[in-house]
Amino acid sequence: MDDKRAIAQTLYKTMGLTDAALNDPDIAHLVINSNMVVASHLIEGLVVEPAETQNGVRVTMKVLAGHTIQKPVHLCFGMLPEDGLQEIIMDVTIEEHASVSILAHCTFPNAKNIIHKMEAVITIKEGASYSYLERHVHAASGFITVLPHAIVTVEKNATFKTDFELLRGKAGIIDINYETTCHEYSHLEMNAKVNGVQDDVITIRETGHLNGEGAVGVLTTRIAVRDTAQATVYNTLTAHAAYARGHVDCKEIIQDRAIAKAIPVVEVNHPKAHVTHEAAIGSVDDKQLQTLMARGLSEDEAVDLIIQGLLS
Amino acid sequence: MAILKLENVSLSLNNKPILDSISVDFWEGYIHAIVGPNGAGKSTLSYVIMGLSNYRTISGTLYFKNKPINELSVYQRARLGISLAWQEPARFEGLTVYQYLKASKKDNGLSIEEAMDVIGLPAQEYLPRACDKTLSGGERKRIELASLLVMQPEVVLLDEPDSGIDVEALERIFDAMAILKQRGSTIITITHSMAVLQKAEHAFLMCHGNIIDKGGIDKISGYFENKCIPCDHKNIPISGETR
Ligand SMILES: Nc1ncnc2c1ncn2[C@@H]1O[C@H](COP(=O)(O)OP(=O)(O)O)[C@@H](O)[C@H]1O
Ligand SMILES: [Mg+2]
Repeated sequence: MDDKRAIAQTLYKTMGLTDAALNDPDIAHLVINSNMVVASHLIEGLVVEPAETQNGVRVTMKVLAGHTIQKPVHLCFGMLPEDGLQEIIMDVTIEEHASVSILAHCTFPNAKNIIHKMEAVITIKEGASYSYLERHVHAASGFITVLPHAIVTVEKNATFKTDFELLRGKAGIIDINYETTCHEYSHLEMNAKVNGVQDDVITIRETGHLNGEGAVGVLTTRIAVRDTAQATVYNTLTAHAAYARGHVDCKEIIQDRAIAKAIPVVEVNHPKAHVTHEAAIGSVDDKQLQTLMARGLSEDEAVDLIIQGLLS
Repeated sequence: MAILKLENVSLSLNNKPILDSISVDFWEGYIHAIVGPNGAGKSTLSYVIMGLSNYRTISGTLYFKNKPINELSVYQRARLGISLAWQEPARFEGLTVYQYLKASKKDNGLSIEEAMDVIGLPAQEYLPRACDKTLSGGERKRIELASLLVMQPEVVLLDEPDSGIDVEALERIFDAMAILKQRGSTIITITHSMAVLQKAEHAFLMCHGNIIDKGGIDKISGYFENKCIPCDHKNIPISGETR
């Protein structure tokens, strides 16, 4: 037990979090190292059933109808070893009019060759709200393959917001694939921010189907790539009902010999629906750069600050 | 003494001569104005002094405190004590006003809060805001002045600080200029406005890539009253012959 606690603390430290978060009785948490549950704490209205599998865990998570979980629930999927496979299978149901926000950390501080897979099926019932921030902490070198895959249903008047962040360490291979179906008057927001270096290969596929009347969806992607990193963003937003509204927004900054692509697909097949998209890909804006240099920042400092701004 | 001196400075862009052998001294501690018609080369002159990319390949020599600075990059010149506020300031997507001012901050400058106070934008409200297109043009320009107040460079280049600014905000810009001067800056301001010219102590008239006249405000302000004689440049004043 004490061993497990120590592992949980070590994982938390790599994410810049202290024990306080593990000890706060109001913050629910679940900490997984490889395929082992090393810490967990639940609070009223939140049901989490983890089962260890050969290469990871299967987690069933439910927020019971009408419950609002006040403080963000901490999920931590980590691997302290240098290599291995971690497969997370998540089955999430947010029941009617319940609300929760999740802060998920994926931390692989010693990674040399790690594969992290996530298969999630998420159902957000009528009037419920689910917000999920997934923050990755990778090693500065080494190789990680991150394959998050989620199928999400957002029912009437429900809200789904997801943020994926990889700002520290080497990305490795990232292949995000989220597909969301939105019913009447639901809200969808999918954001991804990734910083790619060296030979990273980043693929983001985010899809939203605005099937219900008045459904609203926004897909936002911010990517910075340098060295020989590559990023490809496939954002798809379809609108099939009256007053469905959507927007796709992709910005990518490239440096060195990096390559960025954006392939937005916008499909509207109801005359009263409306979807827009914007994409901007290029090197650091020259005027911003020159302005910061005219205040005394070196070129590298200026570029870093502008990229930090893009990814903030 | 001249803090900044240009000797026979010429620049061509895309094989087109833009600055034509300009020689000029900017005396230390003064507010200098540069006036002249659109296209005369005023902005270009400020970019050349700042050393922006694309404006580095000049003939002639730029001196800062009697030392040539032609070879220095933008940030090296900035660190020596030269800075520039664009007519249309950059929009920083993702950076807050606070982050921008913090990046500009140097030991000699005002504090960030003091600078916001001078330009008349409440710090509490504006510092957390994005320094992007959600700011009005006038707000963004005032923040540009704030970024110079926190930096306190020895030479401040202002490209049309009054453009897009309403009367009330213009007073804040004048306050900022007065404080910069009082704390030791030499100011070189490009302008199309009589109000700005009158804040200056010395002025230059530019036409067709040349400085064609210089002197006190009274002398140069004739330009604003159409007191240039007709010349080859069609409605554009010609060298030395203001009447
Ligand atoms: N990159 C460029 N290539 C060619 N001509 C340019 C370039 N930039 C500016 N010019 C020209 O240089 C001249 C001076 O411009 P500018 O310095 O902006 O004038 P001002 O600020 O006095 O209005 C103008 O005729 C303008 O068209
Ligand atoms: Mg100009």
